[in-house]
Amino acid sequence: MVERYVMSVDQGTTSTRCILFDHGGRLVSVTQREHKQHFPKPGWVEHDAMEIWRNLERIAPEAVAQAGATPDQVAALGIANQRETTVLWDRHTGRPIGRAVVWQDTRTDRLVDELAAHPQAGMVHDRCGLPLATYFSAPRIRWMLDHHPGLRERAERGDVIFGTMESWLIWNLTGGPDGGLHVTDVTNASRTLLMNLTTLDWDEELLTFFGVPRAMLPRIRPSIESYGPAREVLPGVRIAAALGDQQAALFGQTCFAPGEAKCTYGTGAFLLLNTGTEPVRSTHGLLTTVGYQIGSEPAVYALEGSIAITGALVQWFRDGLGIISSAPEIETLARTVDDNGGCYIVPAFSGLFTPYWRSEARGIIVGLTSYITKGHLARAVLEATGWQTREVVDAMNADSGLALKALRVDGGMTADNLLMQFISDVLNVPVIRPMAAETVSLGAAYAAGLAVGYWPDLEGLRRNWHRAAQWLPAMDPARRAVEFDNWHRAVERTFDWIKPES
Amino acid sequence: MAMLRIVPGPVQSIERAAAILRLLARGSGRLGVSEIAGSLGLARGTAHGILRTLHGVGFVEQDDETGKYRLGAALLHLGTSYLDVNELRSRAINWADALAARSGEAVRIGTPLDGKVLVVHHVFRPDDTLQTLDVGALLPAHATALGKVLLAYDANLAATLHGELEPFTRRTKTVPRDLARALAEVRDMGWAAELEEMTVGEAGVAAPIRGQGGLVVGAMGISGAVERICGAGGRPKPMLVTGVRDAARAVSRDLGASRW
Repeated sequence: MVERYVMSVDQGTTSTRCILFDHGGRLVSVTQREHKQHFPKPGWVEHDAMEIWRNLERIAPEAVAQAGATPDQVAALGIANQRETTVLWDRHTGRPIGRAVVWQDTRTDRLVDELAAHPQAGMVHDRCGLPLATYFSAPRIRWMLDHHPGLRERAERGDVIFGTMESWLIWNLTGGPDGGLHVTDVTNASRTLLMNLTTLDWDEELLTFFGVPRAMLPRIRPSIESYGPAREVLPGVRIAAALGDQQAALFGQTCFAPGEAKCTYGTGAFLLLNTGTEPVRSTHGLLTTVGYQIGSEPAVYALEGSIAITGALVQWFRDGLGIISSAPEIETLARTVDDNGGCYIVPAFSGLFTPYWRSEARGIIVGLTSYITKGHLARAVLEATGWQTREVVDAMNADSGLALKALRVDGGMTADNLLMQFISDVLNVPVIRPMAAETVSLGAAYAAGLAVGYWPDLEGLRRNWHRAAQWLPAMDPARRAVEFDNWHRAVERTFDWIKPES
Repeated sequence: MAMLRIVPGPVQSIERAAAILRLLARGSGRLGVSEIAGSLGLARGTAHGILRTLHGVGFVEQDDETGKYRLGAALLHLGTSYLDVNELRSRAINWADALAARSGEAVRIGTPLDGKVLVVHHVFRPDDTLQTLDVGALLPAHATALGKVLLAYDANLAATLHGELEPFTRRTKTVPRDLARALAEVRDMGWAAELEEMTVGEAGVAAPIRGQGGLVVGAMGISGAVERICGAGGRPKPMLVTGVRDAARAVSRDLGASRW
C-alpha cells in the first residue's frame, strides 16, 4: 500500500513552513522559507503577501519531494497562520493593496483611542469577546480604507476583499482571480473584532461601528472541513483545515476537553484553555476566542492569556546585557545559586498585560543588595516567566470556574528544565511536555486529517499524543505563598512609571 | 595501513595558525588581514583562509565595524567545558523526541562528570506509563552504554577508572582489562551496547554526539527491556542501532561536526 501523508502549512510571522506528517503524527519532511519584515516607520510592521504566497508555491512541492512522495499521496492540507495580520487585495487581478499590516503593527493606536471614546464602544467586548485594541484586524481594515483613496468604494462593491493569511493562501490555492474561494475559519474570524461570538457570523453592528463593508469579508467556515481541492501548487489536494496558530497548538496538544490547557513558550507566551461549547466572558483581562469548530458540530471556545515577555527577557539578558552567550546558558547560570537571593525582575517592557493591563508600567529589578550575583539575576529572569504564567492561570481559573489540573507546554523554552520545574512549583500542577515539539504544525495537520477521515476521530489523535517529560510540583506551600507575595509587591512597583503627557 | 610507519612532518597551516594567534596576543591585539599577512610574510588569501578557520572554531573574533581580528573568547575557556549542557539539550531535543517516537524506547543524553555519566536530557518511553524525569542523575560509566561511549572517546575519563570496578549485576564488566577490550570495540563500531550490566532485564544502545572538529561532547542512547532492545542471538536489533546512530549524527551535524 502506498503511504499517505497530511501536509501542514504554518504561515508564521517570520517564515512559512511545510511539514508532512504520517499516520503516527510523526514528522516526515520539513521545508521552510523566511520572508522579509518591513518596518517603514516606528511602530509599523508589514509583510509582502505576494512574497509569502510565492514562498508557499516553492516549499510545498519541495516538502512532498523531500519525502519521496507525489501530490496524490497527500491526503489533505491544513493551514495554521499568524493571527490578525491583515491583507486587502483586488479580486480581479489578485494583487494585494499595499503590504499586509502585521499583528505587531501599532499604527492604529490613535484610531483605536477615537473608537474607544465612541458611546457604543462598550458593546464591542460583549459581542466579540475581545477588548478594543490595535492588536486585532478591524481597525487595520478601517485604517487602510481611510488611507487609500477610492478603496472604500471598491471594497463596498466587493472588488477589493479582506483576509487574514489563511484566507489569502486558500484563495490563491483554489485558483485566485479565477474562482478562488474567499473563506476564513471561525478561529481567525474570532480575532477580527467583527465576528459575533454567539452566532459565529459577521455582526452588523460591529461592521457599522468599525466602518467595514460586508461585501469585502470572506465567508466564515468551520476550522475543520474540506473547503475544496487546491488548483494551484498541489492540484487536487484537499484543503481541509485552517486555524490561528495558537488555536492550532491547542489542537496539536489534543486539548479537546474543557479544562485542558496548553502554553506555548516563545518570545512571549500564549496560554489557551478549552472552555467547552459555551463562550466564557472574562472579567479578569483574558480574551474569549474560538478554539476550533469541527464541521457542523458546535464550536469549542477557549480563554486566552498572553504574556508579552518570556523568552524575550532571556534574549535581553543575552543581547542587551551580554551576561550569557546563548539562551540555554540562562539555566546553567541560574543553577550556580540555590534561589533568587531576594531579587525579582518584572519585565514590563511595554507595560503589563494580563491581568493588570497597565500600559504606563515599565520593567524593574528589585531587591538588589551586594549579595546578588548574576546567578540570582538569571534565576529572577526564569522566575518571571513562572509567575507571569501563574497570574494568567489564576485569571483563567477565576473566569472559567475550572481549576487547571495540568499544563501542557511546548515551544523552545521547554528545553529549560529549571524553568519547567519552577512553573510546576508555582502552579502546583504537573507540567507536561509532549513528544512532538511542533504542535502548531501538528495541530493543523491533525485538523486537516480529521476532516478527510485520515484520522478517524479525536480519540485516534489522543492516542498519537505521548508524554516526553513531566515535572511535578515540589515547592513547599508556605514558600510558594511568600514568593508569590514578593512577586506581587515587585509588580506593584512597576505601576505609574510613565507619566501622562501634559 | 598500520605497517607504513611514516612520521609526518609538521603541518604548515597549523604552524601558521599558531603564529597568527601569537601575533594577535601581542600589542593592541587588533589586526587586519593585510597587517597579519604582511607581518608573517603570507599571501593575503592564505592569511584570510586561516583566519576564517580560526574564526569558525572561535579562536579569533572579528570586529563588526573595523573588520579587524582579535583573540576569541573560546581560547579563554579552553580548559573549561566545551559545550554548555543546557545548550546541548536545546540542540538535541527534537532529535531525541524523534528517536523516542521511532524506537518506542526512553532516550537519554549523557555527558561526563566526575568519572560518571550526568544525564542531561531524558525523554520518556512513549507508552504513557508513569515515568520520572531523571535529568541530573549520575550513572556509572563502566556499566552503561552511554558511559562506555564517553569512556571510549575520552582518555581522561577512562583514566579515572582503575582497580576492581563496582559490580551491579553478574554481567557488569568489573575487570579493567575486559572493559578496555570492550571500549576498543566501541571505537571500532562507533556505538556501544549495555546488556544487563547495570540492571537485570535492561539493555541499552548509545552513540557519540560530536561537536566541531569531531570532539565527542556527549552520548545519546536508548534503554529498555532486553527482549525489546535485543533480537535473536542476544544482540541489539540492527534497526535500533541504526536509529540511535542516525539521531546522534543528526545532533552532531547541528553542532557543526561536518564529517559525521
